[in-house]
Amino acid sequence: MSRKRLRLYLVLATLVVLGIATTLVLRALNEELVFFLSPTQIAEKQPDAGRQIRLGGLVEAGSVEKSGETVAFSVTDLSSNVRVTYRGLLPDLFREGQGVVVQGAFDGNGRFVASEVLAKHDETYMPPEVAKALKESGRWQETEGKGTAQPVVTQ
Amino acid sequence: MIPELGHYALVLALVLALAQATVPMVGAARGIRPWMQLARPAALAQFVFVAFAFIALMHAFAVSDFSVAIVTQHSHSDQPLIYRLSATWGNHEGSLLLWVLILTVFGALVALFGENLPPRLKARTLSIQAMISVGFLLFMLLTSNPFARLNPAPMQGNELNPLLQDPGLALHPPMLYLGYVGFSIVFSFAVAALIDGKVDAAWARWVRPWCLLSWTTLTGGIALGSWWAYNELGWGGWWFWDPVENASFMPWLIGTALLHSALVVEKRDALKSWTILLSILTFGFALLGTFLVRSGIITSVHAFADDPTRGVFILALLAIAIGVPLSLYALRAPALRGGGLFAPLSREGALVMNNLLLATMTATVLLGTLYPLLLELATGSTISVGGPFYMATFGVLALPLLIVMAIGPFLGWKRGDVRGALQRLTVAGISALGAAIIAVWIQGDGPIMAPLGMFVGVWLMVGTLVEFMERIRLFDGDAGRVWSRARHLPRAAYGMTLAHLGLAIAVIGMTGAGAWKSEEVKVLQPGQSLTLQGYEFKLERVGGVRGENYLAEQAHFTVSRGGSFVADLYPERRQYMVQPAPTTEAAIHTMPLADLYAVIGEPDGKGGWLVRIYHEPLVGWIWFGALVMVAGGLTSLSDRRYRVGAPVRAAATQAAKA
Repeated sequence: MSRKRLRLYLVLATLVVLGIATTLVLRALNEELVFFLSPTQIAEKQPDAGRQIRLGGLVEAGSVEKSGETVAFSVTDLSSNVRVTYRGLLPDLFREGQGVVVQGAFDGNGRFVASEVLAKHDETYMPPEVAKALKESGRWQETEGKGTAQPVVTQ
Repeated sequence: MIPELGHYALVLALVLALAQATVPMVGAARGIRPWMQLARPAALAQFVFVAFAFIALMHAFAVSDFSVAIVTQHSHSDQPLIYRLSATWGNHEGSLLLWVLILTVFGALVALFGENLPPRLKARTLSIQAMISVGFLLFMLLTSNPFARLNPAPMQGNELNPLLQDPGLALHPPMLYLGYVGFSIVFSFAVAALIDGKVDAAWARWVRPWCLLSWTTLTGGIALGSWWAYNELGWGGWWFWDPVENASFMPWLIGTALLHSALVVEKRDALKSWTILLSILTFGFALLGTFLVRSGIITSVHAFADDPTRGVFILALLAIAIGVPLSLYALRAPALRGGGLFAPLSREGALVMNNLLLATMTATVLLGTLYPLLLELATGSTISVGGPFYMATFGVLALPLLIVMAIGPFLGWKRGDVRGALQRLTVAGISALGAAIIAVWIQGDGPIMAPLGMFVGVWLMVGTLVEFMERIRLFDGDAGRVWSRARHLPRAAYGMTLAHLGLAIAVIGMTGAGAWKSEEVKVLQPGQSLTLQGYEFKLERVGGVRGENYLAEQAHFTVSRGGSFVADLYPERRQYMVQPAPTTEAAIHTMPLADLYAVIGEPDGKGGWLVRIYHEPLVGWIWFGALVMVAGGLTSLSDRRYRVGAPVRAAATQAAKA
């Protein structure tokens, strides 16, 4: 085994592994990404049924209806809103009027079914995506949420 | 007064670090012995001052001195003492001080136990270590002073986030930091070796204990964090591919690669420049993690409040700490050439494969972590990258890694007999195939990754056991001779067996818990029950209980299976004194093959309670496996040949044995 030969093998192995990895990554980026949308963006163009998205905004005051294990509520960015149904336990910090991020998909009937309601660790914390969505809808008040974010540290 | 002394101690530590960073370095370049020897007392004194500052801060938390800003923000006088103390590192400033403390601990350890290091290498290593200290002490003093005072002092504090009031989390940050800051010393050794222009087997042996120690604590720290998430967050999950989790996982992956490539340097004098590169990158990833967590640029459940100046400062530190060594590397690495040649199919070849795959896997995690950020900068659209992405990239790449992992130890150095190795692995192959078939039979048409995961997990487990049995020749000769062979096997060999076995156990656990978890959500009145996977959960009653600093509603479930009693579960919904939001406290019953996990939610107003039950197959294996890996690391660390400061000569003669 000469040094040159060894180097050739190493380069080949590297190329093969990197090639496989690149293919995997490109495929995954195509299929597995979850886009974040605001209610306004959804009102403009509803995503395909079954496509996973993240929806962020405020839980509209007075919109929460519970019946047994399912809960329905509206997520609003103060210009548009989307009705969400969810079956399961809401996170501890879920409140009307507070920021929320839900992940799920539209079913065939145009209803948004959440698979996950994302818990944030702190009740004064505004998820940055939500703040951004609110800013884009022009309803963001600088005093609200900003600067009150309390740090949560686990490491 | 004590906080001011703490602050002052930090300034003194900075001055010492500056001296330690420059004088020994110049001394080493010019061959001035006393200048080089300055490193030792400076490193020790620096540690003493930082430790003093840390104790001063802990004291402020212990006595609830609310005139210190971060005590007010993160503690409360009703918190139990252990959580008042753990609140010391439950915030940005305090955890940064812990970071620096550990940095100086490692410096002091090298100063104390590095007796037989060549004086030049030792001086340079400690000098580099001090440069890192300078950066972080400056960062702390300029942007994040832990001792900042409030005037007037409030009467009471805001309380540590209740989620963080958990024994697992009290320990998680120190463990994690020991791990990822521990790689700083390996980094310092690597940069010192680049300046020296010499990397050899002796260098690899000096670095090995530090690398092992860091890897072991990092493994423990990550496992504890995931154990905490599982117990405390009430989602029944144990890994979320959250950017902050990834931040600790990337140094682990690259550190694992480093551990193995350093082995090749030690035994075969090959892969030198690659090992140096990995040493630099491992610590680079630790710094990147720090940057991601503390700059607030990434949305994460763990994120610190964002502060742009801190982000910029750390980014600058990162750029210097990685950029300069990498430039030095580009200049010097070509000179590190040399070493033993090997056939592609050999132990070295298997370790190269290990490194290649681990490095690529790290790259996919890095990409998944940073991609949302880059895309948002480029196009403005916000995306999230979750579990499915990592399963389709990282998960797939892990499969060949685990396959090669079982084969590698059977191959000889220089030239290995792959056919022979595969023959010896027949039993492992048959068991793995059996496990995969059982997996398919259990799940029907579930995810394809489940049988694959079981296959590689069992393959690695049985393969590792077979390799161990061959080493002690279990079936050759009487029990006494086998025992004597087992006793004379070096500890490092046991370490490897345990670590590989632990990973196999964890992989089986992750596969089971990832693919076959099931859950049920229902409103139950007391007296009613629900059934999941054959287990009947009966809600007996819900009542109020009182903890040291919280009130809770506690549910009582009795779980039975086929009419016979299995367990009592008491999940709680806690309301802490200060923070208004309630928190859930899951109740978990662990069995060998599955966990039962119960969470109680809100009352429905009609006498019923929303409850959520999870059945998590094999989930306990994940942490048991991690524990076995940690045991492997510690066993290897106790090997006489690698004991810090072990005589060089003894190491050289014994190296031939393994």
